[in-house]
Amino acid sequence: MNVEAKTAAPAGFDDQRIEIIIGMLLRTGVILAAAVVSVGAILYLVQNGRNTTHYASFHSEPERLKSPSDIFHGAIALDPREIIQLGLLLLIATPVARVIFSAIAFAIERDYMYVVITLIVLGILLYSLFGSA
Amino acid sequence: MNVLVFTGLVALGSLLAGFLGALTGLGGGVVLVPMLALVFHVDIRYAIGASLVSVIATSSGAAAAYVREGYSNIRIGMFLETATTAGALGGAAIALHVPTSAIAIVFGLVLLYSAYLSSRHREEHGPQMQSSPLAKKLRLEGTFPTPEGKQPYAVTGVASGYGLMFGAGVLSGLLGIGSGAVKVLAMDQAMKIPFKVSTTTSNFMIGVTAAASAGLYLARGYIAPGITMPVMLGVLVGSMLGAKLLVRAKVKALRYLFAALIVALGIEMIFNGATGRI
Repeated sequence: MNVEAKTAAPAGFDDQRIEIIIGMLLRTGVILAAAVVSVGAILYLVQNGRNTTHYASFHSEPERLKSPSDIFHGAIALDPREIIQLGLLLLIATPVARVIFSAIAFAIERDYMYVVITLIVLGILLYSLFGSA
Repeated sequence: MNVLVFTGLVALGSLLAGFLGALTGLGGGVVLVPMLALVFHVDIRYAIGASLVSVIATSSGAAAAYVREGYSNIRIGMFLETATTAGALGGAAIALHVPTSAIAIVFGLVLLYSAYLSSRHREEHGPQMQSSPLAKKLRLEGTFPTPEGKQPYAVTGVASGYGLMFGAGVLSGLLGIGSGAVKVLAMDQAMKIPFKVSTTTSNFMIGVTAAASAGLYLARGYIAPGITMPVMLGVLVGSMLGAKLLVRAKVKALRYLFAALIVALGIEMIFNGATGRI
């Protein structure tokens, strides 16, 4: 174990360079998500613009707007609500991507304690998205 | 209200919230839920879902800019995220089971507290010289750039910081806010991490924390595309404009104004919750 080398450069230059690359990837993800949501928004407003809203009381969104795979299928069929939902799902995925990239970065640095810590965070995120329905 | 008018007004309000939040540094998320619940009469859990998604947008969108400054500490962030994400899952699970009026009252109290925090003068703690053994073991120490080169800093209070972070996560999942103020409090005050490092590390933690509860809200059907779409797009554009203007604007008066608005919304939320209108 090269613990010596590690303590000599804590959170040093390499960490920061990796982080900057991750940061730019995240911004790209946000822009992509916003673009998808915008396309869905235009279609949604064209089709439903004159309907009345009904958000004062809760009634769970239909099944097809809840699970990632259903959203994906609906978006391919060009349903406006599902396109919006796909964009939102992309957005929720950006922090998940950041955690995955961090795990890879820690593995490259052979910092196994932080690989484990990062995988715990990833596990909680994936449980929230897929395991709780 | 028809969908077109509703979408336009919500987008406009969200743009303003994102703009003021970025400009004052208080975050836009904290006024989004009261705006949706009180002004647009949206069910508070729909409002929380929409707010969570927009919190992710601003956090991920700003990540590159924050990282470039060289302050954020990814190990501190990742370690504490095990607490915030677990807390956020718990908070979201609570939110789906307690009555909405209780959520409204808690939200109001948090609004009042964050207004108090923003008005209080921050006391600069001296640099911590010695890290605690636990902080050393977790390699939480780091360096931050100063005019005289890289300055190392030490970290203590890991256990109390971790506990506060769990609480920040619960609030985030329960109320749909970034709870950046509590996160900064945990790092700056409890763990004695330099303020700049605390604020930038908090920003990247906010997105990951919000994603943990957003997944649960999505799975339970509380992310409504018709509401979340204008909120997310509005906040994103607003916070980008706010961040651009930040360098030039005189924000002190604006900060007080925004804090006053937060107090007013807090009282209104508590009143509406207590009388069962939300």
